[in-house]
Amino acid sequence: MGGLTAHIPILSIIIFFPMVGVLFLLLIDRENESAIKGTALVFSIIEFCLSLPLIIRFNPNTADYQFVEKIPWVKSLGIQYFLGIDGISLLLIMLTTFLTVLCVLSSWSAIKNYIKEYMISMLFLETGMLGALISLDLVLFYIFWEVMLIPMYLLIGVWGGPRRIYAAVKFFLYTMVGSVLMMIAILALYFLYHKATGVYTFDITKLYQLNLPLGAQMWMFAAFALAFAIKVPMFPFHTWLPDAHTEAPTAGSVILAGVLLKMGTYGFIRFCIPLFPSAAFKFVPLIMLLAVIGIIYGALVAMMQKDVKKLVAYSSVSHLGFVMLGMFAFNMQSVEGSIYQMLNHGISTGALFLIVGMIYERRHTRLIKDFGGLAKQIPIFATFFMIATLSSIGLPGTNGFVGEFLILLGTFKASRPFAVFAATGVILGAAYMLWMFQRVMFGKLDKDENKVLKDLNWREVVTLIPIVIMVFWMGIYPKFFIGKMEKSVSNFLMTVNKKVEARRLMDSKAKALADNLWQSGKLKVQKIN
Amino acid sequence: MASYIWLIPFFPMVGFLINGLLGVKFKRSWIHIIAASAIGLSFLTTLILFFELLKVEPHARHFENVIFDWIVAGKFHTQVAFMLDPLSVVMALVVTGVSFMIHIYSGGYMHDDPGFRRFFVYLNLFVFSMLILVLSNSFLLMFVGWEGVGLCSYLLIGFWFEKDSAANAGKKAFVVNRIGDFGFILGLFLIVTTLSKHGIWSLNFDVVFKNAELFSPATVTAITLLLFVGATGKSAQIPLYVWLPDAMEGPTPVSSLIHAATMVTAGVYMIARCNVLYSMAPGTMEVVAVVGVLTAFFSATIALVQNDFKRILAYSTVSQLGYMFVGVGVGAFSAGIFHLMTHAFFKGLLFLASGSVMHAMAGELNIQKMGGLKKFMPVTFWVFMMATLAISGIPGFSGFFSKDEILWQSFHRGHIFVWIMGTLAAGLTAFYMFRLTFVAFFGKPRMDEETKHHLHESPKVMTYPMIVLAIASVVGGYVGIPPVLGGSNRFEKFLEPIMGGGGHEAVKEGAHAVAHASASLEFTMMAVSVIVALIGITVAYVFYIKNPELPVRLARGMRGLYTLLYNKYFVDEFYNSVFVQGTKDFATFLWQKVDVGIIDAIVNGVASIVESCGGLIRKLQTGYVQTYAFSILVGGVVVFVYFFWESLF
Repeated sequence: MGGLTAHIPILSIIIFFPMVGVLFLLLIDRENESAIKGTALVFSIIEFCLSLPLIIRFNPNTADYQFVEKIPWVKSLGIQYFLGIDGISLLLIMLTTFLTVLCVLSSWSAIKNYIKEYMISMLFLETGMLGALISLDLVLFYIFWEVMLIPMYLLIGVWGGPRRIYAAVKFFLYTMVGSVLMMIAILALYFLYHKATGVYTFDITKLYQLNLPLGAQMWMFAAFALAFAIKVPMFPFHTWLPDAHTEAPTAGSVILAGVLLKMGTYGFIRFCIPLFPSAAFKFVPLIMLLAVIGIIYGALVAMMQKDVKKLVAYSSVSHLGFVMLGMFAFNMQSVEGSIYQMLNHGISTGALFLIVGMIYERRHTRLIKDFGGLAKQIPIFATFFMIATLSSIGLPGTNGFVGEFLILLGTFKASRPFAVFAATGVILGAAYMLWMFQRVMFGKLDKDENKVLKDLNWREVVTLIPIVIMVFWMGIYPKFFIGKMEKSVSNFLMTVNKKVEARRLMDSKAKALADNLWQSGKLKVQKIN
Repeated sequence: MASYIWLIPFFPMVGFLINGLLGVKFKRSWIHIIAASAIGLSFLTTLILFFELLKVEPHARHFENVIFDWIVAGKFHTQVAFMLDPLSVVMALVVTGVSFMIHIYSGGYMHDDPGFRRFFVYLNLFVFSMLILVLSNSFLLMFVGWEGVGLCSYLLIGFWFEKDSAANAGKKAFVVNRIGDFGFILGLFLIVTTLSKHGIWSLNFDVVFKNAELFSPATVTAITLLLFVGATGKSAQIPLYVWLPDAMEGPTPVSSLIHAATMVTAGVYMIARCNVLYSMAPGTMEVVAVVGVLTAFFSATIALVQNDFKRILAYSTVSQLGYMFVGVGVGAFSAGIFHLMTHAFFKGLLFLASGSVMHAMAGELNIQKMGGLKKFMPVTFWVFMMATLAISGIPGFSGFFSKDEILWQSFHRGHIFVWIMGTLAAGLTAFYMFRLTFVAFFGKPRMDEETKHHLHESPKVMTYPMIVLAIASVVGGYVGIPPVLGGSNRFEKFLEPIMGGGGHEAVKEGAHAVAHASASLEFTMMAVSVIVALIGITVAYVFYIKNPELPVRLARGMRGLYTLLYNKYFVDEFYNSVFVQGTKDFATFLWQKVDVGIIDAIVNGVASIVESCGGLIRKLQTGYVQTYAFSILVGGVVVFVYFFWESLF
């Protein structure tokens, strides 16, 4: 790290810069819509540029947290303002700042009411997401985690579709249930750590070192895992997702799929697994099973959907199943594939939601049966749609393939049956996506409303081109991205394995000790007798 | 020389990018010139490399050209790298050579199509992918090409996507191929995970084949079978052949290039490439040979009664691919590749000729509405005749040498069943090809006056490439004349360094037996297959020239059999009702009953129970989110206090 960057609190700047944008937006007259949109766009672009030094300056040769900022916050309770990133969060941060720009662009003409509040929510949400990804203190993390929830709730509830209230409340309650359990577990962990060491802290690097007895690990893993599993969402906690996606405005869906769902998978890899690794190992069969069910179930249900957006939402369940499967196969290929797939899903599903949003803006319907033959009328749109579809079904040369391949390869190494069943998801993926594409884009252009559709305008093309670049860049030269996470992932696997091994030894030693005591106790008893 | 292998796929890539990104305003002639010359340059580069390769010692003919690291994760490591050896250069020559001809032809055939640019963009992308497939030095990069050609096939079958049948056929091709790819990729996983136990983390052909003895017999059988599943998808073998006949919805040059000459042979190439692994798995070899010969026979019977010009050729392609699998399945790997090459010439040509006929007949494909075309389109007729003689196995034409080599090898290596079925299928082939020729080109014209009035020979841009391929269909076999006919089978010699099967016993023995066979026996076998072919032709002559009433009566007499064949054994109907509809029904069940009916019902049920309980303590509940947040806070504090209290004691 250069001497200069060491003194600049770059992570704090990145987290709070969008809030500066919010302040500016507050000052602008609500009638002046173009100024509002312009300001939001400029701030999101600057924010993205601010995050670029992270990936440039990031040192891929260490697993240590980088750009660290650590200030005591509530000293008496051991709460710290503790920020830092590693190879796992780095790429998700880039994804967040990248997608936010596209979301602002995509909202240009789609949002008609309360545009000021909308853009404020957007930037506020960005702060929440980045904060959650960057925090290394559990309380800080929890605050950002909850902060994210509010603007997302508003995005769905205020700017959503006709059933927006139902969807927003469902989303909020579902996530809340998980959050409460997580908070209880955080507090339990806090006190257990104090019991073991006499120190109160929420610092996860310290908490990592705690190796709890298996019983305690199981309970706390379950509490954390439920919170994150709802967020992912894993089967059978997924039913809030199709509703939330269908009702959310386009940008809401993009952020929801692109980043918010990743908070669940990120939570597993950052907190749940390293904190309670022995329990995580015990849960492997269950989680892999749910992941594989999610892959196949999500794909099959997606196949029969009548609403394009709902179809994409169910496909998310399937794709996130791959992410969870790879993560719990616990080897280099599968975990790297899993992280890669988190990014891929953000890119390709983000693209699909943007595309669906563009056609919705023109036709005010998303039902497959209302379309057909569009490829002839709007060829530029068709090309982008095709590329996003291919990326989603993991065609080699696109980003999707690299992730799916690594996940399946790693899973095959860990458990062949799971890999074989999961691989059928690749067939189903092609079936539901291409069938949908065919019904929307191919066939006769027989509906009068579709005959007057206008092709993409320059703003929409500008929104989609960065995504297309990412699709191919990540598909053709993945080394650039995987190289960044290599050290962090190997460190993650090593510490997890070590900790599990230590726990096992401790348990066997404890058992031996207990046996000895029991035997010696028995001897004592005999003597007394 | 290795340093410029990359140029071979580079030119089609450039053609694709230029026409794809910038071509919107280009004139048609420019688009055509750019696309065709991209392939031409690629062909030229391949030729130069071929001659350079010839200068090298036979056993040193292996060059690699690493471009950059591709997927690197943990110890697993793959590169984007190309490989030039006798096998890949033969494939590259066939691909670029035939593609070049078809690119030229397409300029005429597609001339008035509104999608002219899109067509050439896809076609260039296809050639690029196909070259990646044949030139890659590893399984994984090969898979990139493998799926890449699948994509182009999908796009080109559905080229006229306004037609539902075309869009359906494209989707069917892609999904059926994905089923094959499912097996293929599991095969790759099995290779990596098995080798990784020995510290080898590579999918490079070289590395895998050198370490092949690390595989147990069961593992290598599983690997080869899984890879073969991939091959049945891509190369349209039983049970995954169903997409290929439907693929005829695409423009005819596409049928010629992708669905006859190049892409569909990828499975045969893959097995030949992996001959080291296949030689270690005699069980798999048996499966490959039997599936091959059954496919050859089965689809030949379907071709007997079809009336659609292109569908007859499509079933014929499925059948001929079956022969190639027989070749590689009995261990005669170079014979399989030899037939792959000659087939690329004559079948590519048959399709181009059918395109020429369609061009003249305003798109008509029903051969019963043709007749007498010989008079109107002499060039098309003669080139079609050359190719028909070649595919029927008439001595002197290329197909004779390659098909006979396969049948002879299978007989001599002891696969008598395979040989009998293969020989019968050869008779059927001669019959249906001459039936097609007689019905379409001979006899009285049966088209309406309007069409007849417009009948014309195709322009030179179409006939010249056909003539080139016709010449290749005739002389293409002379590179592989067997010793018994006074040749030295140069083709086999050229491929020998890679086709050794890794020196495994089974293959050695087979080759040994073949080498020591008596010449008289080989002549006898040759005579048998020629006689069978002549019988097929004679029957066709009797049926369709001498006595046209006969086949009609025959069809009436054997109504059941005729219906079965005409409807292609109802396989499509079976697949549709069992697999497609079954999946859809199951998916609907999951959605309506499980997702909405159970999971969401529980969620909403819990919510309404909470709500009604809430009614009792309404005073505490406002129904606002703030209240919920507040209750979370309270709950949190309670828990906090509890733990705090507990930790004190």
